[in-house]
Amino acid sequence: MAEFRLPANSTVKKGKNFKAEANATNVRKFNVYRWNEDDGENPRLDTYEVDMDKCGPMVLDGLIKIKNEIDPTLTFRRSCREGVCGSCAMNVAGTNTLACTMANDEIKGDINIYPLPHMEVVKDLVTDLTHFYAQYASIKPWMQTVSPTPSGAERLQSPEDRAKLDGLYECVLCACCSTSCPSYWWNSDKYLGPAVLLQAYRWLVDSRDEHTGERLDDLEDPFRLYRCHTIMNCTNTCPKGLNPAKAIAEIKKMMVERQG
Amino acid sequence: MSFNTPISKVRGLGSARNGTHHWWMQKIAAVALIPLTVWFVASIVQMTKADYFTVISWLSSPIPAILMLIYIVIAIYHLRLGLQAIVEDYIHSEGMKVGLQFSILFGCTIIAVASIFSVLKIAL
Repeated sequence: MAEFRLPANSTVKKGKNFKAEANATNVRKFNVYRWNEDDGENPRLDTYEVDMDKCGPMVLDGLIKIKNEIDPTLTFRRSCREGVCGSCAMNVAGTNTLACTMANDEIKGDINIYPLPHMEVVKDLVTDLTHFYAQYASIKPWMQTVSPTPSGAERLQSPEDRAKLDGLYECVLCACCSTSCPSYWWNSDKYLGPAVLLQAYRWLVDSRDEHTGERLDDLEDPFRLYRCHTIMNCTNTCPKGLNPAKAIAEIKKMMVERQG
Repeated sequence: MSFNTPISKVRGLGSARNGTHHWWMQKIAAVALIPLTVWFVASIVQMTKADYFTVISWLSSPIPAILMLIYIVIAIYHLRLGLQAIVEDYIHSEGMKVGLQFSILFGCTIIAVASIFSVLKIAL
């Protein structure tokens, strides 16, 4: 059966409280999920009081300030700080998003930060994405052709055909959408999830790719593709404003289309 | 302990090469059920205060009887497809999954045949 309750050792307990300096006037609380494998304890929610007058505008700025100035043990992934690398994907204020593109001002009340839902946690806000990346590799995200490579020239693509990749190529594989999807929570062992299916569609509609049929063959499966029940959490949560649900619907349309 | 690589777990037993038929049939059945359900509910609501013989004579006339048979077949086909998907979503133990899929198929068949028999018995 799908598990609807957290196991006892995953229940989040109340954690430590880190007070702001006494002279801070503009204080906000960051409640952050903490867990590490080494101490054998349950996860806990630590509260950090941050002086917003001395903090950058984004949630990631808050986390970096906490790590630099309050608690160096706090662990999270980050790199580009501008929504291009997809490293700082986490659950902020109840929605999966990139901490670097989410402004603190957009959040009312305390800023609650958890790791991506229903993923194995490595430490604190870092989740294990090994399986997610393996799923991405499984759809062969590169151009596959049967025709010989044109000698001394690129494979041409019309501006109209290139436009079909808009809304797909922008995906940074942050996993916000896949980990927001209940179908992915229950069946991620076999269901590819919205991020990987959007990437699969990116190659299905690429006019230069010649393996469309083989790609559809590999996707045509009750679990790999058809666990999508159009729940739309993926589109709702995508920090890049993309529409994975539509990409999946387009794949399903291609499946019907090739049946004649 | 499993030393399978992550990609070998994802590739697993490979693609089942089906699922499209199930998905497409569910859509077609759903579309067909829109007018049929409106007709069914409207007819039943209209007859809430009718006596036994009015209802029987209504169901004995050709058009209501035929529509009712179509409604039963499509609604229960749709029910079976939907329940099958729920089991696939939530049941992860193989034995339980197979058992439930059998029960759903048998249960839906029994309901469908019994309903069709009832309509025919009244109509014919």
